[in-house]
Amino acid sequence: MNDLSIMKTHKLFINGAFPRSESGRTLELKSSKGQFIANLARASKKDAREAVLAARSGFQKWSIATAYNRGQVLYRVAEIMQGRKDQFISELVTQGASKRDAEKEVQNSIDRWVWYAGWSDKLAMVNGSANPVAGNFFNFSVPEPTGIVAIIPESKPALYSLVEAIAAAIVSGNSCVVLVAKNSALAAISLAESLATSDVPAGVVNILTCDIAEVAPHLAAHSDVNAIDFMGVANKELAISLEKAAAENLKRVLRPTKTGTQGLNRIKAWLEIKTVWHPRGY
Amino acid sequence: MVFEYAPAPESTSIVDIQTSYGLFINGKFVKSKDGKRYKTINPATEEVLSEIVLAGKKDVDAAVKAARSAYGKWSKLPGATRGKYLYRIARILQERSREFAVLESINNGKPIRESRDVDLPLVAAHFFHYAGWADKLEYAGVGPNPQSLGVAGQIIPWNFPMLMLAWKIAPALAAGNTVVLKPAETTPLTALLFAEVCQQAELPPGVVNIITGAGETGSALVNHPNINKVAFTGSTEVGRLIASSVAGTNKKVTLELGGKAANIVFDDAAIDQAVEGIINGIFFNQGHVCCAGSRLLVQESVKDELLDLLYERMQTLRVGDPLDKNTDVGAINSAAQLAKIQELAESGDTEGADRWTLKCELPEKGFWFPPTVFTNVTQAHRIAREEIFGPVLSVLTFRTPQEAIEKANNTPFGLSAGIWTEKGSRILEVANNLRAGVVWANTFNKFDATSPFGGYKESGYGREGGRVGLEAYLKSGDK
Repeated sequence: MNDLSIMKTHKLFINGAFPRSESGRTLELKSSKGQFIANLARASKKDAREAVLAARSGFQKWSIATAYNRGQVLYRVAEIMQGRKDQFISELVTQGASKRDAEKEVQNSIDRWVWYAGWSDKLAMVNGSANPVAGNFFNFSVPEPTGIVAIIPESKPALYSLVEAIAAAIVSGNSCVVLVAKNSALAAISLAESLATSDVPAGVVNILTCDIAEVAPHLAAHSDVNAIDFMGVANKELAISLEKAAAENLKRVLRPTKTGTQGLNRIKAWLEIKTVWHPRGY
Repeated sequence: MVFEYAPAPESTSIVDIQTSYGLFINGKFVKSKDGKRYKTINPATEEVLSEIVLAGKKDVDAAVKAARSAYGKWSKLPGATRGKYLYRIARILQERSREFAVLESINNGKPIRESRDVDLPLVAAHFFHYAGWADKLEYAGVGPNPQSLGVAGQIIPWNFPMLMLAWKIAPALAAGNTVVLKPAETTPLTALLFAEVCQQAELPPGVVNIITGAGETGSALVNHPNINKVAFTGSTEVGRLIASSVAGTNKKVTLELGGKAANIVFDDAAIDQAVEGIINGIFFNQGHVCCAGSRLLVQESVKDELLDLLYERMQTLRVGDPLDKNTDVGAINSAAQLAKIQELAESGDTEGADRWTLKCELPEKGFWFPPTVFTNVTQAHRIAREEIFGPVLSVLTFRTPQEAIEKANNTPFGLSAGIWTEKGSRILEVANNLRAGVVWANTFNKFDATSPFGGYKESGYGREGGRVGLEAYLKSGDK
């Protein structure tokens, strides 16, 4: 017998590499029928701190990349996902989606990257301005990325929510640390593999499979994290405690909402407007 | 050399301060339901000006109710009509500008030259700017079908009482919200006078409500379940409290908080111009400016020359009576603020920096702090890290542009910065690398209704001014 399948080791994604958790812990993942699927790496507080360090160095590179370059990289993610389409579909099915829903979700996720990719070199046009101040100045406003965004995406639809949250953060030059729960881990890890082969610089996206309630509070309280998207936190108490912790260094927040925040508003949540007064004169 | 100037006092006959004030709720001045009273003073003389309400919870509730019941009609008015009300307000403010300026200087301690020539003109300009937005909300940038948020609770500081009122009320009303505004505890008088302007403009009752009080009143407003938006300008400390207390609600928040701006002078700067900019950056409004250029970063090669010129120029600063038209630096706003400035300045001494104080005569009564410069400051010193909010400048040096940028960004704040150089490309490159919301090049402390203002990092979030200032009061009606 030589057709015994090779089982995948499911690991974290930090700084462009795939380490196990420093804690040595795992989360056992089973199918809805109770069949063993994988031992996922279970990220710890220390892994989260490592991920923030990686995200900071990723931010330094990514935030100064040209808009055209960022657009191409995001488009490349769509290309890579397209090639791995079947894998994503089968993972979503394994984690409980119907075949039809999974197919649709994967296609939408790929399309979403394309949509976001196109925004990279238009954000400054749409969100920036030349301001006609009374005085001898050229006064202009430009959007800039906020910094490191901690992300806890909605768990359903697992892949689409993840793509939406990550793309909205990184398109403008932010980096992110994403926490993923067990029930949406498979597609998230494949997404990490797609990102790793899409010229996304190391550290720009870091993905940690974990017990959200354990790790999220550390990110919310981390003083080098600039923003937190906790739209995926369904537990009201946890959501409140995250927002309170985030207040300590005045993180920008996206709260859980019923309607969701799509499109430009989601991108704009992680933009800062910088206004420059440039002198005029002979 | 210092010229002796004869006193040139601005007459106070234009203002009429009542001995006590109520709260402005639903278009009328009403008595407090459950508040205590306190006295507001002139910080330059410590003279009691009037008795003011410390609004209680029931008062806050009444104000929010009035704003809520006015909201339905106000938000549904044609934008053009809301705009006309705002234009009326802008015009009345222009007509009564001097009265407001004098009252502002009396209650705040800022020089009349500034309240008359800077604050009040900007106030009118702000209302005029946002008046024109009221019927153009679909161009505001929040997406199709923009909607107002509801009732806004607005809390403003004491350093620019009327200007901050304008920054809060004008965009809120243009977008179709109604407001409950709380002026700062120490500077309530111009906000209460603004209530009269609302009456003269025949603004529908309840659209603007003004409640006076201190921290507890503000807290009751922020935590009121029936407001949809919190807009706050003030300290980072209180900003944190607000950000924390809205957790779990749907309240939209904008915060404009503290700063510790770097004012960076390169060796090629027009040095006399830079000296003026440094003075304006830190001594304008007694340094009671969140975006004050409180850290001077000067290139090492021009440090001595620059400091000599700075000290020389400072000799000509006139410190004293805010109502004298020749005064450059007025009174510190309160005893508490003076104590804070003194404490931080003392930390500069004990941590090893060198203090240089302008020799000037200070009035016997009132709260005063002479313009002060600290040299030999390191980045670890409290006077280089904490917001002093007073006329105290900390001087640091750098050798390369990279070092200047690194030092400028080495702060949890990110509100503003200044760059002084004759090289345009350097201005743009340095500005690009500064993590600050407003960057002034070869100027400082300039404001304009069309120019967005607000910070990065712990200086808060959201912007005021211009199109993006409107976004803070709108949401997309799109699903």
